[in-house]
Amino acid sequence: MRIELDQDACIGAGNCVITAPDLFDQRDDDGVAFLLEENPSPEQESSAKEAEALCPAAAIRIHKK
Amino acid sequence: MSCRRNPHSQKVTRVVSAKKVVIVGAGPAGIAAADALRAQGHTGEILIFGEERHMPYDRPPLSKQILAGTWLPEKAELRTGELLADADVTLRLCTRVASADVAAHQLTLQSGEQIAYDALIIATGVTARELPFGHHLDGVHVMRTLDDALTLQTGLETAQRLAVIGAGFLGAEVAAVARSLGKEVTLIDPLELPMQNVVGDEIGSMIAELHRHHGVKLELGHGVSSIEDGMGQATGVTLDDGRTVSADAILVAVGARPAVDWLRSSSVPLTASNEPGAGGVRCDASGRATDDVWAIGDVAAWWDPTQERHVRVEHRQTANEHALSCVRDILELTPTSAKSVPYFWSDQYDLKLRSFGFPSRDSGFHVVEGNLEDHRFVAAYTDESGRIVGTIGSGMFKAMNWWRLQILDRRPLGDALRDRQITKRSVE
Repeated sequence: MRIELDQDACIGAGNCVITAPDLFDQRDDDGVAFLLEENPSPEQESSAKEAEALCPAAAIRIHKK
Repeated sequence: MSCRRNPHSQKVTRVVSAKKVVIVGAGPAGIAAADALRAQGHTGEILIFGEERHMPYDRPPLSKQILAGTWLPEKAELRTGELLADADVTLRLCTRVASADVAAHQLTLQSGEQIAYDALIIATGVTARELPFGHHLDGVHVMRTLDDALTLQTGLETAQRLAVIGAGFLGAEVAAVARSLGKEVTLIDPLELPMQNVVGDEIGSMIAELHRHHGVKLELGHGVSSIEDGMGQATGVTLDDGRTVSADAILVAVGARPAVDWLRSSSVPLTASNEPGAGGVRCDASGRATDDVWAIGDVAAWWDPTQERHVRVEHRQTANEHALSCVRDILELTPTSAKSVPYFWSDQYDLKLRSFGFPSRDSGFHVVEGNLEDHRFVAAYTDESGRIVGTIGSGMFKAMNWWRLQILDRRPLGDALRDRQITKRSVE
């Protein structure tokens, strides 16, 4: 599984940081998220998918490989 | 009225995961519901009806990047046809659903075609409210759809003076973009400050000052009595004191109303427009409206057990949360225990406002971090007993994430402030 994050679309809602804190963090000044881990482990996959589903800017895409 | 049993009501009972789910509305809520169904292992047919001609797209960028021309419309697209086909989701665009028959589990399209469903998800969103006058004139716009945004963008290629009627989020964002495009902009609202009902006086004043600083003319505290007609082209807006603001483009941004007219002949329950839920589909706390019918997103007024009333929230984030929650109900899965609070954002110039929970001008207002002058702050809104019901912030995203969690349990402000000091000290 691979996470793709579109920082240009990110609006800094911070849902990914709260849902999957080991995969995402965000900059303090503009809130734009960044990846801590592009390839989540099997245990992290469900939180990665939840972050994708919740993102209000549709900025997260999970690719199967 | 006859109570003759409808022959179609003898449904075949299917296993939950094989139900035919029909989603009316191809906006973010509808697409999120289709995604969530597949993610939860639903194998049955999924059919989405969309009224517009475009592939499903996201709306928040319309009044920002799309209008400004920094994004092409494709960038706001939520799903390509290929991705939908991969997920085995059928999308029928340019199709209007005319009515629903809940007892028969059947929809009728405008063409007369009838569509059966096992589960119906209503995700028709809202439509822009219009003024009782002026909308037949050239140069008068509303902003709800991608076509609306592109039409306004084209209008602004030749227009020099834009009047924005309504200084809510949409009006204020469009005013900011139009200034960046070099237009003369007047922002008009009957309230004394922009976005005053939601953000209150302090942040409303900050936003007014920001727009003045960027050269927007503010006509606050004024209603609109007419739109001037120059041979079929709008030429200005006449205010309630008789003055006319001249303009060759006018945006009417006076709110939206739920797109529920197609449901009025059905037994789907609606809330009255003047009661909690503001005219939306009346749902329980899982989004269920009536037998095998759910409603999600802007159109849906869900029961909020914390506030003990129906609440309709026109926020992008809510569309996703509703979709995830209603799909669990449809598939008879245990509800998630995750609590969440409403969230919205507004970008104007370089100000990036972020709001959690239910801030309002009637609440107590406290700047708990930073200061408004620098546009780096977190403000907490409290109810009459001093509990935190909402926050608005800008430029301090880590702090905002801490404060948003305090809304979940409606913590007393004093307790939260004390804990925050301890948290900060332990970090330092």
